[in-house]
Amino acid sequence: MSALTFTLKIQPQQRIDLSPLTPDTLAGKSVADIAAISLLSGKVQLRTDQVFDISGDDASDIVFNNSNGKLDSIGHGMKTGRITIHGDVGSYLGFQMKKGEITLHGNADAYTASGMADGLIHINGNVGDFLGAAYFGDRKGMKGGTVIVTGNAGERVGDQMRRGLILIEGNVGSYCASRMLAGTIGILGTAGEYIGYGMRRGTVLMTQKPTLHTTIQDCGTHTLPYLNLMFKSFAALPSKFAQISKNRVQRYAGDIANEGKGEILVLV
Amino acid sequence: MIINGVSIDDTFAEAFGMRGTRVIITAQNHKWAFNAANAMTGFATSVIACGVEAAIERELSGDETPDGRPGYSILMFAMGSAVLMKQLETRLGQCVLTCPTAAAFSGIDSGYPEITRINLGKNLRFFGDGFQISKKFGGKRYWRVPVMDGEFITEETTGMIRSVGGGNFLILAESQPQALAACEAAIEAMKKIPNVIMPFPGGVVRSGSKVGSKYKTLIASTNDAFCPTLKGITKTELSPEIESVMEIVIDGLTELDIRKATRVGIAAACALGAENGIKRVSAGNYGGKLGPYHFKLREIMEDDSLSNLAGATA
Repeated sequence: MSALTFTLKIQPQQRIDLSPLTPDTLAGKSVADIAAISLLSGKVQLRTDQVFDISGDDASDIVFNNSNGKLDSIGHGMKTGRITIHGDVGSYLGFQMKKGEITLHGNADAYTASGMADGLIHINGNVGDFLGAAYFGDRKGMKGGTVIVTGNAGERVGDQMRRGLILIEGNVGSYCASRMLAGTIGILGTAGEYIGYGMRRGTVLMTQKPTLHTTIQDCGTHTLPYLNLMFKSFAALPSKFAQISKNRVQRYAGDIANEGKGEILVLV
Repeated sequence: MIINGVSIDDTFAEAFGMRGTRVIITAQNHKWAFNAANAMTGFATSVIACGVEAAIERELSGDETPDGRPGYSILMFAMGSAVLMKQLETRLGQCVLTCPTAAAFSGIDSGYPEITRINLGKNLRFFGDGFQISKKFGGKRYWRVPVMDGEFITEETTGMIRSVGGGNFLILAESQPQALAACEAAIEAMKKIPNVIMPFPGGVVRSGSKVGSKYKTLIASTNDAFCPTLKGITKTELSPEIESVMEIVIDGLTELDIRKATRVGIAAACALGAENGIKRVSAGNYGGKLGPYHFKLREIMEDDSLSNLAGATA
């Protein structure tokens, strides 16, 4: 069995919703069945074989080649298996993902990992705004699982995030961890303004001190033993975060305008 | 059966089903981990009056513990799950939460057919008065409770399993120092066996009991048949040369763990042999009617497969 491979063969004019193409929805389907699956693109329906050259047969291991930023909702609600993507993707990568693994070699757009419950998304590139954030009208963002971004992330990373782990090796935009409910966000680069705005609980781990607004308060430097547990859990991850070993931090707590039990830890 | 001049009685130790759990205590160094573990397992020799039987199982190096700090593993046994949970919580709260730098983690997560998760720090977190913080790593929930020395870290739950308590054997010797020397040698060897504890002081108990008493209010009293000073005035079990008897009680996570510990313990005592005054090895039972587990001494000493010292996971 070889990986079920979708190679993009058209230049899409409209965005294409790829949510029907996940390992659990394709399991047990023949190539003809898969070719006939209709994909929504604007107001038209496209057959999958109009959009992609399809090869391989292992639906638990899906590969998208030649991908571009018009392809939305890859890995939507996926519960099992693995998706590997070569090229950029559009929005909603891993939206409400339940389990499994997505590896992206390229950039992703907005709402990546929004509503994600478990699994791993590994992005070798940059992501847009609202990474792991709550979707419109939802009251909770990401609820579990792990997201690793080797590049930069846009604004509102982890907005209303409830649980899980987001590790960003590059920089993040403004309003990171805004209204965060719980969970952990790690940032090796810089952060924009208003980090932790309206944060209730949760942890943001940084290596450099960000600009803080007035309702984030300094709690002093500490050696926190729980960081040993956290870094031990990072050790198996394919990320630069696996190499962090120190556990001495400056602890800022907030947002005291909103319960204030969140923390921004800056490694010192 | 005679080993090195020591006669092994054709009898058995009678043991009971208990609920057992393991907790890993870590701290800044072994000294402070010991202070916490020692306090937590204090006054825990017998379920008769202590609620639980508990002791330190072994010392752990930093690479064996969840948070990478030095520590100790402790085992706790009780007759029922409710009393075990209660004792675990109060002891953790008074002895580990209070101890500088100490942290507590689950010691049983897999390897047994039926593991019940019981509260470790789940309720203790409320000591944090709202400032407590939950963190989940690798599917396990931990609590960070702010305390005056920094943060108290505890896992939310630990594993409880059905286990075995009350395995035992008696060492009969020509003098008190010789009996004690044999017990010390036995305990030294038995401490190397995983999954077992010998909960009495130093692992040894000198006040073996029988069921009942001449006093109506007492349910147990001294085992006069094994008291050397009563040889002439009671229905004694002792021959004239025996001047001292001591017992080693063993609680283990599985029956096999107790069999292994019994074997190495008796072997170590017999290694001193008759020339050092060790004359007989016996065991305590109630006629086989009360406890479901029977540890037949001769059978255990003949079973060479028990020499594999690794712990059992039945």
